[in-house]
Amino acid sequence: MTPLSTSPLWALFLREWRVARRIGGSGAMGVVFFLTFVTLVPFAIGADPNLLARIGPAILWIAALMASLLSFDRLFQADAEDGSLDLLHLGSSPLELVVLVKCLAHWAASGLPLILAAPFLGLMLQQEPIALGGVVATLLAGTPALTLIGGIGAAATVTVRRGGLLMALLVLPLTIPILIFGVSAAQAASGGSVPFLSPFLILCAMTLAAFALCPFAIAAALRYLGE
Amino acid sequence: MNISLPTPSNAPEGGALPLRLCVDGVSVQRAGRRIIDNIGFKLVEGEALVVTGRNGAGKSTLLRALAGLLPIGQGAIRLNSGPLEVELAQNAHYLAHADGMKLALSVEENLHFWAHYLADAPHPRSQSIPQALSLAGLTHALHAPFGALSAGQKRRAALARLLVVHRPLWLLDEPMTALDQASRIRFAQAMRAHCAEGGLIVVATHEPLGFETTRELAL
Repeated sequence: MTPLSTSPLWALFLREWRVARRIGGSGAMGVVFFLTFVTLVPFAIGADPNLLARIGPAILWIAALMASLLSFDRLFQADAEDGSLDLLHLGSSPLELVVLVKCLAHWAASGLPLILAAPFLGLMLQQEPIALGGVVATLLAGTPALTLIGGIGAAATVTVRRGGLLMALLVLPLTIPILIFGVSAAQAASGGSVPFLSPFLILCAMTLAAFALCPFAIAAALRYLGE
Repeated sequence: MNISLPTPSNAPEGGALPLRLCVDGVSVQRAGRRIIDNIGFKLVEGEALVVTGRNGAGKSTLLRALAGLLPIGQGAIRLNSGPLEVELAQNAHYLAHADGMKLALSVEENLHFWAHYLADAPHPRSQSIPQALSLAGLTHALHAPFGALSAGQKRRAALARLLVVHRPLWLLDEPMTALDQASRIRFAQAMRAHCAEGGLIVVATHEPLGFETTRELAL
């Protein structure tokens, strides 16, 4: 067993992280999109504090979903174009672990900033502190699953030029269960008839299932399309 | 049984078993069309094979199949170390038209990544990044972003990738593209040195390589 600091997968994580930060890209851009989206909502539905407080968690969740959707399309395409994807096959690590590490690095670089920004944007939507906590907890539990599901879409469209729209069409229906339980847990945090834990634990279970299943789907898609 | 090559700890320098690449009756289909039909050759250590042929003859397909990036329809590709068969993908370098480098990272960061990704533990024959870059004639660009290099310099950085991780089999697809005369001579020297150390090379090219290869395969 090689120590973590020299292991191939850690090297891959660091490279993905560096590329994401260096291009100044997905992380900051996602947060700005998130901000813009949330700012638009009161303009569209009116600045009624009670209404905003009620639908705030749902808006934050949809905004986070859209913002993360924006960043998926280059997840594997950039590697396919510059030849890295072929070389990633030649390492000693199985492709399933390679794509899992890529997804985790992508989540750390573009999903985590969204979660950190969410409480501040929640204040604009009249959220109580307990509701902010609920939104952050559900995003933390749910966005890794969004990234992994998005990875399937990114892998399936890796050879399609301008595949972003096609990828969104593939990915969005698959994210519906995550959205349902994420939003209901976030709303349950600020009161309601449903206890917080029941939808939250289902959300956690779906994320764990995504961790277990999505890497195989992503690797299978990349192998098939690599031919 | 598939095993990796002996790790440096149990393989004294130069004491590795002789390598042999056997390709038996390999056929590859792509999009329903048979591109490679019944190709076979054997390569023993120190030998270099030049694959020639017109455009579309299947040179790149053959190299991708050898690297394990394409499934083969029929036949077998084996890399043997002495009597044992070893995992080909983990003992091969693959260099095609794309360099496999990230434009946003520096040359050093790119090479550092591949050195760690492609090898679990440093091999005694692997070169350090400055050594490899000096052999590739790119010392001055150590900290330059890869995206700022010219096409020929990118190619030289890709050559340095072959040197920072020692892998016995080199699969090269048109390696001389965009290289100037001096760099071609350097590349030829690197290939000659690799063969002299007991490595194997399969190279697809249209151009003269500038070094005396032992074998040729016309597709």
